[in-house]
Amino acid sequence: MTTLTWRYRGGVAARAVAAIGGGYVLTAIASALIAIALPLSRADAVTIATLLSFVVYTCVILWVFATASALRAWIGVLAASALLGGILWLTGRLS
Amino acid sequence: MKEGLRQSMAWVHTWSGLLVCWLLLLVFMGGTASYYKHEITFWMKPELHKAADAPSRVTPAESATLAVRELQQQAPKANAWFLDLPHERNPLIYASWTNPPKKGMSREERRAAFRTQNFTLDPMTGLRTTAPRDTRGGEFLYRLHFDLYYMSAIWGRWIVGIAAMCMLVAIISGVITHKRIFKDFFTFRPKKGQRSWLDAHNATAVLALPFHLMITYTGLVTLMFMYMPSPTKVLYGEKQNVMFSEVFPNAERVKPARQAAPLADIAPMLQQAERAWGQAPSRVVITNPNDANARVEMHRPAGQQLSNIEPTMIFDGASGALLSQATPPSTALAARAAIYGLHVAHFADTLLRALFFVCGLAGTAMVATGALLWGVKERQKYAKVIAKGGKVGFGVRLVDALNIGAIAGLPIAFAVYFWANRLLPVELAARSNAEANAFFIAWGAAAVLAQIRPTRAMWRFQLTLGAVLLAGIPLLNTLTTNTHLGVTLFGGPGLRPVAAFDIVVLLLGALLGWAAWWLGRKAKKQAAKQPAEVAQATKLEAA
Repeated sequence: MTTLTWRYRGGVAARAVAAIGGGYVLTAIASALIAIALPLSRADAVTIATLLSFVVYTCVILWVFATASALRAWIGVLAASALLGGILWLTGRLS
Repeated sequence: MKEGLRQSMAWVHTWSGLLVCWLLLLVFMGGTASYYKHEITFWMKPELHKAADAPSRVTPAESATLAVRELQQQAPKANAWFLDLPHERNPLIYASWTNPPKKGMSREERRAAFRTQNFTLDPMTGLRTTAPRDTRGGEFLYRLHFDLYYMSAIWGRWIVGIAAMCMLVAIISGVITHKRIFKDFFTFRPKKGQRSWLDAHNATAVLALPFHLMITYTGLVTLMFMYMPSPTKVLYGEKQNVMFSEVFPNAERVKPARQAAPLADIAPMLQQAERAWGQAPSRVVITNPNDANARVEMHRPAGQQLSNIEPTMIFDGASGALLSQATPPSTALAARAAIYGLHVAHFADTLLRALFFVCGLAGTAMVATGALLWGVKERQKYAKVIAKGGKVGFGVRLVDALNIGAIAGLPIAFAVYFWANRLLPVELAARSNAEANAFFIAWGAAAVLAQIRPTRAMWRFQLTLGAVLLAGIPLLNTLTTNTHLGVTLFGGPGLRPVAAFDIVVLLLGALLGWAAWWLGRKAKKQAAKQPAEVAQATKLEAA
């Protein structure tokens, strides 16, 4: 039995939070943007954006675990959320 | 996780799968059974079997007229009537109604009242059948697979949704891990321990991969507006109801005019719909009957399209004139309905439905072999410890016990549910709840026993018990009803579901029996081979 270092365990925990929590927030922001950007009727846009959200979430989760370090994963998720969140805020649709 | 992409994906695959695999087994088994929920419900109401025996000779229009005549006597003041007419998968006429809600009635009370407001007609005689026993039938298994039980449906749906998301991640990461996905599909190395489990996991996963991917994604889509509300928030604000009415355009509810007007003859309306579709409607909803604002809604039977939203025709109930045909949905809405439709497979004919069922079983086997594989792999790390007479770690013991409780214990619970249906007294109060409790008492007992002694003997005991209970169901049916295999196999087409149910549970029981026998032979072989190995094996069992 190899014992895992606390450093490794911490990394896994940090990635798990980044993937599940951070990934959900990023996905929510991204799907909201997709819904606004789609040049379709409201009902169609909301449907397509919500359909795509699970694909986005899956990709984010996998990326968080595939990237080189937990730190990079967090920076990536936070930067993408901040960027897309900023655009979403500029659209003025946040109520 | 520092290694390559493949290694990190293998890690994600292992842990996202292991975390939820026992819940997924419940969801997969319940969902697979739900493909036949009507047939299961029918089997669980033996009082209806006799009426279904003779082939129906009345036309759909005649059966609708029969049902309406009976409803006029039973519930002339109801605010809606619902008719299910005889159809390929339904030999009888089912009718139910809702009354205008009384003041101060809670939701539960209204639901309980609705459960009593129904009757079944024999299409041969037009008379009411014997009242069937109180059971939720296949509906319980269907609800169980996404609402769970003993908790609010919302909680259940979130828990199942999280498990489904883990499953989606596990599937995609599993595919990335695989460099030789096609080769592996043709590889099976039996009797090689871990490698055989790996091959079995690969075969069941890859064989039905499109199905697994489809069923997981479409499962999330069925409740997608709840799981991911942000697009709704930005486009509709807090007005979620507006979104629902736009995305799921329903016939507008018309308020009663409070002016009596006799209901027009239903037969011509039904025949008009039948002419337009080339087949008779399977479901008719009549709102505000005997009112000037009565509406008659005809639903086309499933089977012609993937979408789960079937076209409807709406008639004015007082004049019998056609008012509107629902407008075809936009591409995006049609796509969503098709994705939803794929999950529930209402379109599937007999053969395709059977294929979906088998794929569901393959999914169950995939989850089960994956869970077993983790235990087998992890145990190898303890090989030296075990050789010295030590014990395996807490994690391995826990997973072993959970595996027994879910893989061998759940079939016991399903079987006990069906046994309870036949053995509980028909007049028992809250009988349908008692059936559900029987399911969970059996499952709970199996899970607790497995935690106390997670040994190979426990595997064999529970597998054998599940095999006997499942394979014994046809016998139980013989002893408790008049519609056993000897009758149903030679009876009319209406009894085919009963015969098929008996045969399928018999086969599933045989499958479990084979697994128990195989485990026993393996233990004996090891005992004969090497005394040293025996010592190890017994320690393994004791561990």
